[in-house]
Amino acid sequence: MDEKAPASAAVVSNKTYIIVWLCLLLLTATTVSVAKLHLTKYAIIPAVAIATAKAGLVVNFFMQLREEPWVLKMMLLVAILALTLIILLTFADTWFRYGLG
Amino acid sequence: MMNETASRHRVGYDGAKMGMWIFLFTELLFFGGMFLLYSVFRSKYAPDFHASAAELDVYLGTANTAILLTSSTSMALSIALLRKGKQRLSILCQFITISLGMVFLFNKYIEWATHIGNGIYPHSPALTGMSRGKVIFFSLYYVMTGIHGIHVLIGVCVILGMLLFTAKGRIHQGDFVKLENTGLYWHFVDIIWIYLFPLFYLIT
Amino acid sequence: MSTTDEQAATPLSFYHAKGKHSGILSWILSTDHKRIGIMYLIAILSFFLIGVTLGVLMRLNLIDPGKFISERTYNSLFTIHGVIQIFLFIIPGIPASLGNFFLPILIGAKDVAFPRINLMSWWFYMTGGTLLILSIFIGGGAPDTGWTFYPPYSIRTTANISLALFGVIILGFSSIFTGLNFITTIHRLRAPGMTFFRMPLFIWALYATAWTQVIATPVLALTLMLIILERFFAIGFFEPLLGGDPLLYEHMFWIYSHPAVYIMILPAMGVVTEIFPVFSKRTIFGYRAIAFSSLAIAFFGYLVWGHHMFTSGMSDLSRIVFSLITFMVAVPTGVKVFSWLSTLYKGSIRLDSPLLFSLSFIFLFSIAGLTGLIIGTLPLNLYLHGTYFIVGHFHYTMFGGAAFGFFAGIHYWFPKMTGRMFSERMAKTAWVIMFIGFNVLYFTMFILGLQGMPRRYFQYLPQFRTNHIISTVGSWILAVGLLIMFWNLVRSAFKGEKAPMNPWGGTTLEWQIPSPPPPENFETLPVIKHGPYKYD
Repeated sequence: MDEKAPASAAVVSNKTYIIVWLCLLLLTATTVSVAKLHLTKYAIIPAVAIATAKAGLVVNFFMQLREEPWVLKMMLLVAILALTLIILLTFADTWFRYGLG
Repeated sequence: MMNETASRHRVGYDGAKMGMWIFLFTELLFFGGMFLLYSVFRSKYAPDFHASAAELDVYLGTANTAILLTSSTSMALSIALLRKGKQRLSILCQFITISLGMVFLFNKYIEWATHIGNGIYPHSPALTGMSRGKVIFFSLYYVMTGIHGIHVLIGVCVILGMLLFTAKGRIHQGDFVKLENTGLYWHFVDIIWIYLFPLFYLIT
Repeated sequence: MSTTDEQAATPLSFYHAKGKHSGILSWILSTDHKRIGIMYLIAILSFFLIGVTLGVLMRLNLIDPGKFISERTYNSLFTIHGVIQIFLFIIPGIPASLGNFFLPILIGAKDVAFPRINLMSWWFYMTGGTLLILSIFIGGGAPDTGWTFYPPYSIRTTANISLALFGVIILGFSSIFTGLNFITTIHRLRAPGMTFFRMPLFIWALYATAWTQVIATPVLALTLMLIILERFFAIGFFEPLLGGDPLLYEHMFWIYSHPAVYIMILPAMGVVTEIFPVFSKRTIFGYRAIAFSSLAIAFFGYLVWGHHMFTSGMSDLSRIVFSLITFMVAVPTGVKVFSWLSTLYKGSIRLDSPLLFSLSFIFLFSIAGLTGLIIGTLPLNLYLHGTYFIVGHFHYTMFGGAAFGFFAGIHYWFPKMTGRMFSERMAKTAWVIMFIGFNVLYFTMFILGLQGMPRRYFQYLPQFRTNHIISTVGSWILAVGLLIMFWNLVRSAFKGEKAPMNPWGGTTLEWQIPSPPPPENFETLPVIKHGPYKYD
């Protein structure tokens, strides 16, 4: 198959990639430090939040979702939404059945 | 089959990328199911999960995270460089990505070997005697990092293939969607680790 | 062989295209969506007949339990019957065969987005099917867990579970890649002028189905893989003794398997939506309502899986939520039924076999849907779960609904695919016999279920005997009807009268190209200027 990129497809600069890389390393250091605070059962909140920030950087800059048409962004949203709803609905059972609620 | 020529119609650059993104959605749901299991069991066995996580090597985990993040950067750079016509630098970056991926896998091997050496593996006598939460934690650990590791290995092999294509000129400044799609896959594998790392190593 | 005159008069059909390979290789290595569609169709219908045979054997046992068939064999029969009919017949069903053949043509394209991946999907399908059949005959013997493979039994049984599950996982990949291919094809390869809202509604149905295939199937692949890992490594997620939760398996299994039933039914609804305008010579009523209802059904279909688990011990809150959403999912289906009936109203009705199958689809699926509301109601479900009422319900949906819709599509598109007409008289005869047999076989099951007959039981209390005999006789009538239908189709594919380009008077793109189509579908790609059902 030969698919040629349209000439207008954006090329992200090397500098941007390096900056994103440094941010990712910084966020990693942050999450490790926060973990040492031993927030016990609340520890998961900053952990997942920081992970999501890192994932967002990778998706938007490395995977270039920012430059993609909105159709693709909608599709990703649908996939994430489906997964979220599935997890939430399962918890509607297990949260109560495990006696946590 | 005459239709082989007919079938080289233009799904286009955008179509090829869309196909890859949809494949990644399937991977998202595949790993998502495992994260579902993790969340449910974590809520059930919170204290055991906290205790078991302490047995994992945070330094190795952090190092591996940094390694994978860097490999993602080199992967992204390899594409940007190729699009500017810098074939040799692109190949170098692809090589760096592959090497970092191999280091990641080597570290994983060390980690696993340590645990197995300590008698902690599915259905081991030692593990079976421990609390149920710990059994589940380590089963999740092996299954999730194992399947992730297989994805890393596959990624390394595919990038190696792309490196050869780049060297031979089959991937070049005017036609690089294969490399871009490989990059998308690699970044996805990186993202999965971005979530695995805190959930297994940091919640102590 | 043929004179130049004949060659000039008859356009080259895709059956006779010359390529790199010849003979059987030109088929099994072909990336032509039409050839792949035909190969799927033959394989799918063959597996269907195997599944029917297993069903007939099950019903045979049930007139005199234990006389011909042992308990262990019976358990394997209903397991393999379910696995074949679900994973090898009705899930690939319409999308893999009719979808593959007609999706590109209906949107004015030459092929799907990724033809080689399409071929790979077919190979995955054949491989998965082979592994499944193999698991019946070797070593530990055919799986006996039911097609649902619930642990702990699926972990403990000595049957060939791992091999069968591995086959199903590969079938799952076939489904996933077909979905991926269709989504990309619909987004990227529509002919100029064909906006989303000028697409035939069959395409909307395939689109909604494709998303379901892509998002739900990976969860099944994971879940079944975990059973295999459990059998080999005792990882414990679903094993209570190791701290696991068997209900989590049920959740993850049905998180796929409920959306799966929408993979089965949405394409069938799409097929009959194509047929009604043609056979009533009226444009479809409520185009946008039908299009959006397909998406709504796909979306809500993700959120109702718990209704398969009402008696498993789930929390009360989740049961109420699942029951509520289950009621909601009936609404978009109702929208479709009203739209179809409104399309037919005051139309110029041509009562031929595609329409007969489509009308019976509405009737049978409505019974299915109404009984679905009954078992979606929590207190009633407590009594009816695990009884023959359920068996009746899902056969009305999957067989009376999806399969009859499939047969409608096969008859409708038969002339286009084969270039020949079938015997309309034989088709009608087959349909009447099938319709009678179907209802005798399956309606009786509602009665049995209400009387308390459990499902998957090898034998039963004497009070159920009469209804079981009636049901079995129904299976024989249905089998006769099916055989007549297959005889008609197979014979006509080789010996039927040559079909014109547009035997039914349809207005969608496939009726503007020769029967059978040439290799590249269109000589020049069409430019679309209006919607698909222009009759007035």
